[in-house]
Amino acid sequence: MLSYVARRLVVVFLPTLLGISILVFGAMHLIPGDFVDVMLGIGPDVSAEQREVIARSHGLDKPVPVQYVVWLGNALTGDFGRSLRTNQPVADVIIERLPATLELAALATIASLVLAIPAGILSAVRRNGVVDAVARITALIGLSIPNFLLGTLLILFVSLRWPVLPTTGFVPLSEGIGANLKSLVLPTISLGALLAASIMRMTRSALLEELRKEYLTVARAKGLSGRAVVLGHALRNALVPVVTVVGIQTGYLLGGTVIVEQLFAIPGIGRLALDAVLQRDYPVVQGTTLFIAASFVLINLLTDLVYGFIDPRISRT
Amino acid sequence: MSSVATQPALATRRPAGSWTLLARLGRQNRAGFVAGVVLVAIALAALAAPLIAPDDPVAMAPRDRLLAPGNGHLLGTDVFGRDVLSRILFGTRISLLVGAASVLASAVAGTALGLVAGYVGRWPEYLVMRVMDVLFAFPAVLLAILVVSIVGAGLTSIVIAIATVYTPIFSRVVRASTLAVKNVEFVQAGVAAGATTGRILLRHVLPNIAAPILVQLALSLSGAVILEAALSYLGLGAVPPTPSLGSMLSENRTYMELAPWTILYAGLALGLLVLAINIFGDAVRDLLDPRLRTDA
Repeated sequence: MLSYVARRLVVVFLPTLLGISILVFGAMHLIPGDFVDVMLGIGPDVSAEQREVIARSHGLDKPVPVQYVVWLGNALTGDFGRSLRTNQPVADVIIERLPATLELAALATIASLVLAIPAGILSAVRRNGVVDAVARITALIGLSIPNFLLGTLLILFVSLRWPVLPTTGFVPLSEGIGANLKSLVLPTISLGALLAASIMRMTRSALLEELRKEYLTVARAKGLSGRAVVLGHALRNALVPVVTVVGIQTGYLLGGTVIVEQLFAIPGIGRLALDAVLQRDYPVVQGTTLFIAASFVLINLLTDLVYGFIDPRISRT
Repeated sequence: MSSVATQPALATRRPAGSWTLLARLGRQNRAGFVAGVVLVAIALAALAAPLIAPDDPVAMAPRDRLLAPGNGHLLGTDVFGRDVLSRILFGTRISLLVGAASVLASAVAGTALGLVAGYVGRWPEYLVMRVMDVLFAFPAVLLAILVVSIVGAGLTSIVIAIATVYTPIFSRVVRASTLAVKNVEFVQAGVAAGATTGRILLRHVLPNIAAPILVQLALSLSGAVILEAALSYLGLGAVPPTPSLGSMLSENRTYMELAPWTILYAGLALGLLVLAINIFGDAVRDLLDPRLRTDA
C-alpha cells in the first residue's frame, strides 16, 4: 500500500503539478502586450527608465526559464506575488476567501453523497419500479440543468416567494451557524445537483452490474438476507466506479463554485478568480488558477488512494 | 471503405449503414428517437432564425421595455425593449454553433493527438498524454477562464476555450481505441504491404475507431453547450448586445421578479436543448456501444 501511494505520488501527482505550474506561468506570457506591463499593471504614463527599474526589482529582466524557477520557488513557499488592485499578497487573499468556498464545496459533496447513494441503491434494487423511475428522471433533469439556471430558478421560485432563505449574500460561520447554513442552502443545491445526479446514476449502474455476478448468487444460495447481499457484498465492489465519479466531479465542483459564487454573491475563491480575469489582475489570476488546479489534482490523488482502500487488488498491481 | 478493413477478421458483422442505424434507433429507443426529432427541430429553428424571428434581436426600443408576453411580442420584451423570442432564437443559434464548432475542433485535435500517441507510442505518446493530463487537471470553467484571460472575451475565444477543455477527452478515447486496433491482422497486413503510416491511420485505423469518436461527440455536445452558456453568463463569452441564452439570464437578473419572462423562457430553451442532447447522446451511445449502457 505504501509503495502504491509513493508510486502515484511520483508518477502522476508531481509531473502533473509541474505541468500545471508551467501552463499557468506560460499562459501569462501569452497575454497580448508587454509582460512587464501586464504583470505589474504599468500604465502608459510610466517612463522607459522607470519601467526598467521596476522590472529589475521584480526580477522580470531575467530570462524566462530563470523567472519560472524563481516564481515556482516563491509559490512553493506561499508567495504568489501581490494583487495589482489592492496590493495585498495574493496568498493572503486566497486564504481569506478559502473558508466560504471550502464550506460550500463540502456541503454540496456531503449532501450529494447522502442523497444520491441511497437513491442509487434503491433504484437498482427496485429496478423499473416507481422509485427507480422517479430517481432516474430526477437525475436526468439534474444533469441537464446548468447550475446557474438552477440557481436563478431557485432564487425566483423559492427565496423571492418564501423569504426564509436569503436571495444572495453569505453569512460567515462566525456570525452563527444557523444564519450561515441558511445562506448556503440554495447555493449548495445549485452546486450539488450535477454531482448528486452523476453519483446516483453511477451507483445504480455499477450496482446492477455487480448484482448479476455469480458470487452474489452464491451469497444468496448460502442463505444471506437480501440486505446483507446488497449492502455487504455488492455495494463495496460497486463503489469503485462511484468513487471515480465522486473524485472527478468534486474537481468540477471547484469550477462550478466560480459560477455559483458569482450568482449568490459568495466571497469565495471562484469569484476571486473571475473578478481577477475581468479586472486584468493577472497575479491573482495566476495564484487562484494554480491553487484550484493543484487542489483538483490533490483530490484525484486522494481518489486513487481510496480505490486502493476499497479494492486491495488495485494497490497490489 | 477499404476492402481490407471490412474483412471478417475483426468485424463479425457487416457495419450497418447510417439509415439502418437510424431505423434501429427508432425501434429500440423511443425516448432517444423523440429527443433526436426535438433536437433537429430546435436546430432548424435556430438556423432559420433570421427568417422566422419576429424582430431584430439587438434593436433596442426603450418605449417597449419589459412588456409582458402578448402585447405584440409572443414572449414579451427585455429591459431594453428587445423581443425575447427573437433573442432566444438567435441565442440558440449561437449555443449550437459554438457548441458544435468547439466539439468538432476538439474532436479533430484530440483524434490527431490520440492516433499519434496510440499508434506511434514511445516518447510522442508520453509527451502528448502528459500534456493532456495537465489540461485534464483543470476544472472546465477554470481552464476556459484561463484561455479567455489570454485571448479576451468573445465567441471565437470561447470556441478555443471549450475546444481546449474537450481535446484531452477525445485524445484519451482515441488513444485507447487505437491501441486496441493497432495489432489486429488487417493493420499488420497494411504494414506488410508497405502502406505509409499516414495511410494506415486514415484508411485502416480511423474507420475502425469511428464509433467511440461519434459517441464522444454526442456526449460532449451538451457539456459544450452548457459551458458556452456558463461563460456567456459570467460575461466571458458573447459580448453584448449579441444574444446568448447564458447572457440573457445574467442581463435580466435584476428584473426577474418584476418580469420573470425575461429569464424563464431563455432558461427553458437552454434546459430543453441540453435535455434533448443528453437523451439523444445516451441513445447514440447505447446504439454504437451497448457495453456502456447505463440501464443495462
